[in-house]
Amino acid sequence: MTVGIVMLVHTALDRAEQAARHWASAGCPVVIHVDKMVDRKRYQGFVRALSDLDHIKFSKRYRCEWGTWGLVAASQAASEMILSEFRDVRHVYLASGSCLPLRPVEDLITYLDARPTTDFIESATTADVPWTMGGLDEERFTLRFPFSWKRQRALFDFAVDFQRRFRLHRKMPNALVPHMGSQWWCLTRQTLTAILQDPERHVYDGYFKYVWIPDESYFQTLARLYSTNIESRSLTLSKFDFQGKPHIFYDDHLQLLRRSDCFVARKIWPYADRLYEAFLTDPAGAMKQTEPNPGKIDRIFAKAVDRRTRGRAGLYMQSRFPNEDWENGLTATQYSLFQGFTELFEDFETWLHKTTGARVHGHLFAPNKVYFAEGQTSINGALSDSPKLRDYNAKRFLTNLIWNTRGERQCFQFGPADNQDINWMLAKDPNAQISVISGAWALPLFRSNRDFLDIRKAAANLQKIESDFLDVMRSPHTKARVRIWTMAEFVEAPMEPLQTILDEIGPARDRRLTEAPKMVNLHGFGQFLQNLKNQGMHPYLMGDFPVTQGLDTRAEPVRRPYLVK
Amino acid sequence: MGALQSYRLRLQRKRWRIRAFRKRRELKPVVNRTDQIQPSDLLLFSTMRNEKVRLPFFLDYYRRMGINHFVIVDNDSDDGSADYLAQYPDVSVWTTKASYKRARFGVDWLNWLQNKYAHGHWTVVVDPDEFLIYPFCDTRPLRALTDWLDASSIRSFGAMLLDMYPKGRLDHQPYKPGQDPIEIASWFDSGNYVMSRNGRYGNLWIQGGPRSRVFFDETPELAPALNKIPLVKWDKRYAYVSSTHMLLPRGLNLVYDEWGGEKASGVLLHAKFIDTFSHKAAEELLRKQHYNASVEYRAYAEKVDQNPDLWCKWSEKYINWRQLEILGLMSKGNWA
Repeated sequence: MTVGIVMLVHTALDRAEQAARHWASAGCPVVIHVDKMVDRKRYQGFVRALSDLDHIKFSKRYRCEWGTWGLVAASQAASEMILSEFRDVRHVYLASGSCLPLRPVEDLITYLDARPTTDFIESATTADVPWTMGGLDEERFTLRFPFSWKRQRALFDFAVDFQRRFRLHRKMPNALVPHMGSQWWCLTRQTLTAILQDPERHVYDGYFKYVWIPDESYFQTLARLYSTNIESRSLTLSKFDFQGKPHIFYDDHLQLLRRSDCFVARKIWPYADRLYEAFLTDPAGAMKQTEPNPGKIDRIFAKAVDRRTRGRAGLYMQSRFPNEDWENGLTATQYSLFQGFTELFEDFETWLHKTTGARVHGHLFAPNKVYFAEGQTSINGALSDSPKLRDYNAKRFLTNLIWNTRGERQCFQFGPADNQDINWMLAKDPNAQISVISGAWALPLFRSNRDFLDIRKAAANLQKIESDFLDVMRSPHTKARVRIWTMAEFVEAPMEPLQTILDEIGPARDRRLTEAPKMVNLHGFGQFLQNLKNQGMHPYLMGDFPVTQGLDTRAEPVRRPYLVK
Repeated sequence: MGALQSYRLRLQRKRWRIRAFRKRRELKPVVNRTDQIQPSDLLLFSTMRNEKVRLPFFLDYYRRMGINHFVIVDNDSDDGSADYLAQYPDVSVWTTKASYKRARFGVDWLNWLQNKYAHGHWTVVVDPDEFLIYPFCDTRPLRALTDWLDASSIRSFGAMLLDMYPKGRLDHQPYKPGQDPIEIASWFDSGNYVMSRNGRYGNLWIQGGPRSRVFFDETPELAPALNKIPLVKWDKRYAYVSSTHMLLPRGLNLVYDEWGGEKASGVLLHAKFIDTFSHKAAEELLRKQHYNASVEYRAYAEKVDQNPDLWCKWSEKYINWRQLEILGLMSKGNWA
């Protein structure tokens, strides 16, 4: 009793020859189907090259185009041939010319000998498995597909649309339940002959001729009718990417394949000399001394598909430039923006850095300069402090900064005097933690030595910009974590909001900090606001600031030291 | 895109092809071995002037990658480049004394030669100071990539220009023929690139890197474009529009994903900034044969006298493609 190999070949005939020899030399009969597309001269050369082995035979040739019936017809013809010509074949293994046996053939024979009635065929109902690509799963079976997807794409799409519109649906014959799975199977003589010699076969064949990609469903569906013992998995390691096309193995996958516990891998790049050498010349040695770790291959290919479909969050580059709202994360990681804090507290940046360990920048978007932390002139990724370069594309400046420094929390100061191009991006970014003390921009004006008329003008302007900013932050589309306090509110009880912000940034460094940020002197600020009001400019963003409050703050210097747990 | 716009681009593409056809007469063959090109060969096209010192490494680099035939246009070199190239059996050389600028910076010449000899071939178009890096380039030949692109029905492959520079003065380390220029210019900027979409051609327009940072920090909009599409399965109906930045038909420019995913892409290491640079810049400034009235070279000339150090504290030293992948400058896409 042995296993017979049915091999479907269409390109890289030299590699197919190598694989066929390998199977044959282990005593397995091989029936090869060569695609009709291969020209006669090459076909005959191929046949001649293998003529020295009498248990390699060639079956009737069909035209095999991806997604069409030809592949099933080819498998049927070759299977019939191998079953009738080699009576001692018990299992038939369907392989392709670009399959590479990873483990010694004897292992496979022993394995199958131990499971004489098991059919290895991946077979799942379409209703339960969402693995099909291109939006055609159920419809593979209910529509007709007379046109080639590769050569007649327009007709193909037209036919699909037409049938959808006029609801031209077919029924499965004899109430078959459609199943799908990998087209590389290994079936027992019993099951395979039952399928091939079924009196209803012409009905099934007639039906599946117009199914889309029948090689993934014909045997998978019919095996369910006859098999007594289906093991729903393929013995061939074959990974598919998001377009339903097989991943290809190269020389650098050698170690991975060594650690796979599959019998056969597909698909191998024809020029992967090292793989063919390792597995065909010394198959026993190739697998020796390695602990099987098949999960690793899965992970690598799953990651590749993920990279292609979802990409890396917060990365904008030459081959990833998402349309708006398709970014899967506007920025790479969480960051904090503070508005009004440096104005209200003395040396806030140093304090924040000491407390949280995060990198704390000044006003990154200030009009005259990019104030990086510690006064640096450039930062990770060689991001420059030139305000012109920054303003040339302010959004990319921010995403670059966050991408370049991923792994380290970034905090920066912002304000109504800064470049406001990034407002909407900030608002829509769930990674942004935005804390605003509204109206605090008035403090520098309050302490400035400018003409009051200038101050009034500047205050009106800043108030308008901040008000617009706050509107954006309060919009229903905002996904950032936004906290807004009026200055009056904040001055009243600064510790609680600070604590909340810090808790959210994350655990502090192990060094405990007992120091609270020191508030600037507000003496006379209430009067300053009143003066603005008297001039007809109503500053409202700072909340209700009593004219005398400045005095109170001054009179209350004893504050409990701020503790961070 | 409306039908009108589509038709305009079609006319434009025809115009570039006709222009290339007219410019063919400017090219004189030095040695034409294109009859040896096999149907599945990988080809490289390049236009150059006085780059002999770079050629030994350049040819070697791309031969090792798997390029089967080089097609070179020599633009009136006086350092013997043409003769040097002509001695190799896998090189075909044309020469011209005509204006580089009026051939749209060599694009017309190469469009003509590509249309004539590259139809149906995977084709690399690079300058002699550009070195293609693609995912797995240390373990897989270029043919592995092109086979995979074929299987994925992808016709063009993007590779951003990554400016490399040495640490310290540009003329500190002299470049010797045959040497890997990346040994000298081994540093690059990893994260200061900005990009926007070009509505007309659909390509991305990328700027940034050391040239933006040092030479164009006051006029970032003038900084040179870094987006490139150097690897294309060529068809004689195609035409490069401006250098290798973009092509027509514009579907070829879609080398980026718009729905959050990453397409596979590479990098062109640009080893321009070595000791030959200042000499070259001075010469090009006189010839005025470069893009936008050689604005680039003028900007260099202004600063080159001060001997600028392109290197900064945050420069990265080049290791391999995996490093560039992790930094987000290129991507494996779904090639694993």
